[in-house]
Amino acid sequence: MSAAHPIRVLVAKAGLDGHDRGAKVVAAAFRDAGFEVVYTGLRQSPEMIVDAAIQEDVDVIGISIHSGAHMTIFPRVLELLRETDAGHIVLCGGGIIPPKDAEALKAMGVGALFGPGTPLSELSGWIRDEVGRVRAGHSA
Amino acid sequence: MGSDPRARQIAKGDRRVLARALTQAENGSGDIDLLLAAIEHGTAHRVGITGAPGVGKSTLVSALTRAWRAQDRKVGILAVDPSSPFTGGALLGDRVRMVEHTGDEGVFIRSLATRGALGGLAPGVYDAADLLDAGGFDPVVIETVGVGQAELEICRAADTTVLVLAPGAGDEVQGMKAGLLEAADVLVVNQADRDGAQALATALEAALDLRQADRPRPPVLLTTATAAKGIDALCDVLDERARDADGALADRRVERAAARVRAALYRRLDHYVEGRGAELAAAAARIAAGESTAAVEAELLMDDYE
Repeated sequence: MSAAHPIRVLVAKAGLDGHDRGAKVVAAAFRDAGFEVVYTGLRQSPEMIVDAAIQEDVDVIGISIHSGAHMTIFPRVLELLRETDAGHIVLCGGGIIPPKDAEALKAMGVGALFGPGTPLSELSGWIRDEVGRVRAGHSA
Repeated sequence: MGSDPRARQIAKGDRRVLARALTQAENGSGDIDLLLAAIEHGTAHRVGITGAPGVGKSTLVSALTRAWRAQDRKVGILAVDPSSPFTGGALLGDRVRMVEHTGDEGVFIRSLATRGALGGLAPGVYDAADLLDAGGFDPVVIETVGVGQAELEICRAADTTVLVLAPGAGDEVQGMKAGLLEAADVLVVNQADRDGAQALATALEAALDLRQADRPRPPVLLTTATAAKGIDALCDVLDERARDADGALADRRVERAAARVRAALYRRLDHYVEGRGAELAAAAARIAAGESTAAVEAELLMDDYE
């Protein structure tokens, strides 16, 4: 697949809380970075997130979590991605995640976790680099 | 027709393979043409849903999908949202209104960005509808971007075009001067629980009274998609249309096929021209030197085209 095609990113808000301000700001920033952003809205379960990601054939899943359920949600999403043979999809996230948990999640296979105050350009830059790597690997 | 293992996988309901094929259709990449030649081309009813931003198109699609699922029909949805002309990015938000269908194996939703295409649709949407048809989805719904007056491409891509309107969206006859109202096969006044819905329906009927009767008169229906009101009646109208007693759908399919051949020819010619940079530069030099004309050079280049 040529790198010229827009990067597709699914932005989901997991957990039962209604704090979707951050997810919306990030979705708008990704749009402005030239990505095609599939926004799925509030209260998405890991199953819903992965099902939508498969249908949309996205390059990246970005999950926003503020409910404290990150140690449940991220591992389950990774597991479902592997089960559905969609391990090439890059997983990242943002929210309030303690450094110790973040380290553990990265070790499991979460690509990156962005805490509060991360410049939006850092997020989109990271995604562009990661997707470039994955797409290059595919065509090789 | 050709053979391609993916065609069988799509027919058997492999959602991963279908999703990747949709991406190729969208990008016009890979060997999508081979796959399109190998899949089963059925006669899924292609229902176009169009209308101004905010009239409730996505909510109506979701309510229709619920009704179709109750009849155990598999529903494919192509939801188009605009790409930014400045950055190329897009916010594809139609899934938010259709979230109840996430996780249902009988529903496949794909969000598409316009990527600079005019007409309110996305590149590859015709091919994408073919792929969903081959996956056993019937109906296949194509939801356009929020449109104004001139985005009529949906009438070609769909068998049946539903124009959705809502009360209070300005002067009701404004958006239908020419174009959309003429083009629609079904008119839906959504948000019928709001003031002015009946008045809008009456105004639409009056507008239809005034037009030339060379085409079937589209029915005007009232719906409240958020409360699932009027949806069964709309389903009935669409089913009646799908039965195609008057042959209108068959005619529409022939027109669509003709338009697609024409578009494919233009694409090939475009490709040919792009690949002739050196010849074009030489021709330009001759024309600039007064030795030739554009028409003569085009004729020579066409002679070369095999």
